[in-house]
Amino acid sequence: MVFYFAKGGKHLTEIKKLLKFTRGYGLMYSIGIVSIILSQGVTLLSPLVIRTTIDSIIGSSIIENKRVAYFVGLLGGRAGLRENLWIIGIIIIFITLLRGIFLYLKNTMSSKSAENIAEKIKNQLYDHIQKLPYEYHVSAETGELIQRCTSDVDTIRRFLAIQLMEVVGSFFMLVFTIGIMVSLSPRMALISISMLPLSFAFAYIFFKRVKKDFKEADEAEARLSTTLQENLTGIRVVKAFAREGYEIENFDKKNSEHKRLNTKLIINLASYWAIADFISFSQIGLVIVLGSYQAVKGYISLGTLIAFTSYIGMLVWPVRQMGRTLTDMGKAFVSLKRIDEIFLEPIEVLIENGEEPPISGDIEFMNVYFEYEKDRPVLKDISFKVKAGETIAFIGPTGSGKSSLVHLLPRLYDYTKGSIKLDGHELKSIDRHWVRKNVGLVLQEPFLYAKTIKENIRLSNPSYPDKRVYDAAKTASIHDDINSFEDKYETMVGERGVSLSGGQKQRMAIARTIINDYPIVIFDDSLSAVDTSTDIEIREALKTRRNKSTTIIISHRISTVAGADKIYVLDKGKIVQSGNHEQLINEEGLYKRVYTIQSSYEDL
Amino acid sequence: MDKEDITKERLNLSIWKDFFEILRPYKIQFLKIVGMMVFVGAMDAIFPLLSKYAIDNFVEKSKLEGLLSFGLIFLIAALTFSISIYLFIALAGKLETQMAYDIRKLGFEKLQTLSLSYYDNKAVGWLMSRMTSDIQKLSETISWGLVDFSWGITMMLGVTIAMLILNWQLALITLIVVPFVALISIYFQKRILNAQRVVRKNNSQITAAFNEDIQGAKTTKTLVREDINLKEFSELTSNMKKNAIKATVLSSIYLPLVLLLGSIGTALAINFGGNYVIRDIISYGTLVAFISYTTQLFEPIRQMAVIFAEVQTAQASAERVFSLLKEEPEIIDSQEVIEKYGDIFNPKKEKWPEIIGDVEFRNVSFSYKDGEEIVRDFNLHVHPGETIALVGETGAGKSTIVNLFCRFYEPTEGEILIDGINYKEMPQKWIHESLGYVLQSPHLFSGSIRDNIRYGNLDASDEDIIKACKLVNAHDFIMAMEKGYDTEVGEGGNLLSTGQKQLLSFARAIVRNPRLFVLDEATASIDTETERIIQDAIQNVLEGRTSFVIAHRLSTIKNADRILVIKDGRIIEAGNHRELILSKGYYYDLYKNQFIREESKIITNQVFN
Repeated sequence: MVFYFAKGGKHLTEIKKLLKFTRGYGLMYSIGIVSIILSQGVTLLSPLVIRTTIDSIIGSSIIENKRVAYFVGLLGGRAGLRENLWIIGIIIIFITLLRGIFLYLKNTMSSKSAENIAEKIKNQLYDHIQKLPYEYHVSAETGELIQRCTSDVDTIRRFLAIQLMEVVGSFFMLVFTIGIMVSLSPRMALISISMLPLSFAFAYIFFKRVKKDFKEADEAEARLSTTLQENLTGIRVVKAFAREGYEIENFDKKNSEHKRLNTKLIINLASYWAIADFISFSQIGLVIVLGSYQAVKGYISLGTLIAFTSYIGMLVWPVRQMGRTLTDMGKAFVSLKRIDEIFLEPIEVLIENGEEPPISGDIEFMNVYFEYEKDRPVLKDISFKVKAGETIAFIGPTGSGKSSLVHLLPRLYDYTKGSIKLDGHELKSIDRHWVRKNVGLVLQEPFLYAKTIKENIRLSNPSYPDKRVYDAAKTASIHDDINSFEDKYETMVGERGVSLSGGQKQRMAIARTIINDYPIVIFDDSLSAVDTSTDIEIREALKTRRNKSTTIIISHRISTVAGADKIYVLDKGKIVQSGNHEQLINEEGLYKRVYTIQSSYEDL
Repeated sequence: MDKEDITKERLNLSIWKDFFEILRPYKIQFLKIVGMMVFVGAMDAIFPLLSKYAIDNFVEKSKLEGLLSFGLIFLIAALTFSISIYLFIALAGKLETQMAYDIRKLGFEKLQTLSLSYYDNKAVGWLMSRMTSDIQKLSETISWGLVDFSWGITMMLGVTIAMLILNWQLALITLIVVPFVALISIYFQKRILNAQRVVRKNNSQITAAFNEDIQGAKTTKTLVREDINLKEFSELTSNMKKNAIKATVLSSIYLPLVLLLGSIGTALAINFGGNYVIRDIISYGTLVAFISYTTQLFEPIRQMAVIFAEVQTAQASAERVFSLLKEEPEIIDSQEVIEKYGDIFNPKKEKWPEIIGDVEFRNVSFSYKDGEEIVRDFNLHVHPGETIALVGETGAGKSTIVNLFCRFYEPTEGEILIDGINYKEMPQKWIHESLGYVLQSPHLFSGSIRDNIRYGNLDASDEDIIKACKLVNAHDFIMAMEKGYDTEVGEGGNLLSTGQKQLLSFARAIVRNPRLFVLDEATASIDTETERIIQDAIQNVLEGRTSFVIAHRLSTIKNADRILVIKDGRIIEAGNHRELILSKGYYYDLYKNQFIREESKIITNQVFN
């Protein structure tokens, strides 16, 4: 123990972090700790009672301990108790009852505080992750992050609820037992603990060394799962290429490897348990043999010997377990560190100054530059103006900077140089929270939640009335599609429900955006998977909505952008042409060329 | 809660009958384990007797003779005991891993032979959980359940017998508590296990929520949903917390209750046993042994209760695993075909006629088992080397026609002839060996680029692989990578871009130099340059092969020898692009609504470059 906590010094920072999470549950947890100590203390009383009973009640030795003698006197003296042994029985039951109550307290208190702490960590992680900047999410490794949020948190929970309790309990058990043993017979006490260091060290070293085997077995399992998963997702390829035999062989390799490593691990564990148990049993045997010798020689009483045979059982098993638990506990520090790495990532500040200037939809870009990597601008010197209620459009090839441009408006990224003003307020000075409440962005490849269709449409505000949901769905031309599903608006989306087509997903995304009546709405190529007639339908419906929003449309299709008040042609991060459709088709340039080719197709 | 998650109350005997069938090969191992556990249980029951012996023979009689040999016997007993512990853990562990290995192998082989229709309505996760956790659960419960069960029974019997022999009256008195311990154990263990299952369920909901948290981060930001998200999430975590605490409270009540009952046993032993000692009916040693036994007895009872509860969950796993193992493939080669041309694992390829590529659908209809007709009375004759583009809306039956051609489905009526032979008269592999197939979303396997291309033809030389890659314009990007053809593609090919994956899937299909080709064109958008390269690759790949293309690109459609417009499982229009446009029919509408969009994007990109 001491050795362990001395070593714990290097974990000091992690321990501090842990204490940060445990704030508010300290008292509850302390009750748990006190309860385990008390329960261990009480447990040790039973053998003492039995010892006294055998030696001095049933047997005839004199009770040396004055307090015990007083207590026996109180219960009717030796003779009285001899006639009424049931009183001893009641005492045993009463002691166990006390122990039970403490155990109950320990379990519930430690579990309550550990579960609460785990809940707190998970909630904080969740909130932190959703507030990490968009940039972070672009390159985030989902699987790895999720693992940290779930299994690493669980490692900490187990550390608090089980392992720490167990170690503290075993430690006090050790202290108490040795204390009592010494008071009963110092020599016997020494005999009883003589092999314990060996048992502890063996467990500790063994589990340190076998860590590698655990890891290997885990990795083999991961490989087995990956192979299986790849085979199942690619079953069409397997069948089409007639590779069943090859796949079976390949899987068998992974399966055998998995078996081999797991068997190896179990064999290792088998030898551990065998050796550890042998040490423990030898310790017990030592106590019985040498204890009997001592009793025969008259150094200790029969009751004392019996008490020792009980105590030794209470000592050897926890010590054997402790070596393992301590090695396991090291994992908690690793987990804490991994979790802390997430918390160390800076989050977006959603509310800075709390000002919420009214936004009607005027937008002004002045010499705006933007770069993801230093000195590689994707937007160069962009300037334009939009009046509230107007519709503008951007057209340009893939990689021209169209998407980057519209990502600046909801402040998913901040521009590098220049100025963007919403209703005359510098965009960077308006809180992200407020900007996003006023700028709606419809994504090209929208993410839908595993919720019902209705919940997906009123995602930004679950208290929107149904009528508002239907209206938004109608505007987005998705209402009829929804009603064709069996459960209509209650249909679940995603793996356990319907899978929507690309066009339907886009229309869902439009519905869930326009339901908010934003002063500014951006369609980031978000009609690309919708057919032409529906595209027109949606744009017509948008025009007739009560609150006319400033609308920004991004598209490859001339027909989609043609109706805009102003069209900007974007190429390599720069605006190369601007004007309305009429003007643009009458001037030589990219727009006209695209128009000519596209219309030749459309008019065919 | 899912139906599958609720513990079945009743034992399903037919499942266990199937199960014992599977267990037959392990009979010997089973017997060894049971034998071992009987020994261990007996030893456990005997150990307190050693203390009793020491007390009665040395302490009580105040003599030391024999103490040394007693110590030696104790040591030998401890050693035997430890060896048997090693043996039973090793035996049971080996049984567990062997059983998991065998069932998994059977399951995987079954999965490989099942027809593609089996996979149509099954999520990968659904199959995965059967092959991993269910099999794990099953083999674990069987081997360790067997260990605990045989140990528990022996231990209980051993202790009971030892007590009865020592003093039957005292034994009967102290054993009174046993039925109560058993009842309470069964009552609680079942509930504890169920509560834990609910917690695991909550946990997977939380994992899913974290997944949405990460994947949906952009949506969250644009819709300013942070607060609502957190509120919904904290409902999940608080729910899990409540259930977890509930599970702990259950076990926190259970353990003290059992301890209490055990202490009643001890109290009875002290009261009556003490009296017997006073009246010289029993020795001190016997009393001490009784006291040990009363505390020792509750562990095996608890174990038995755990086993009963676990067997019930294992039964649910067993049902799922067996439903997979018992599944029969829909498409099987007839006995004559197997005799003549070999089976799936031992094909007699030398007897297979070489495929030239003449394909004929003759009055083909296809309907699903539930009677839903997808293709009806379909007739088509494709000449060797012809490219057929299939167009039509989602659900029109294009994929079904391709699946029929590949013999992933078989016609419910009519027949399909390859080079004039009804393909049912040939092994399934006959077609598959001559087939190049490119999926809509390319699927690669972990491993190097070379491994992935060689998947198409295991005998391909490195030169063949490079040739294939050059043909589909993949060679240049591969060589631009540091490790060239040895570059790892990552799980599912995720280290490569979509375009690169597509090109590799072309190369993989072409390296086998197939006579028949199926291309399900991708719809995902890619950059201009790659798009051009892919269009080029498609032309090279289709050249000279009998091909079916589920087409989305106008260029592919235009280059096809024949376009078939599919609606409701029938050909409603056929011809080349020009003819179909001029007839201003369904194709014309489809073209205006669907193909023009992809095309306009490509054109926009081309104009700018």
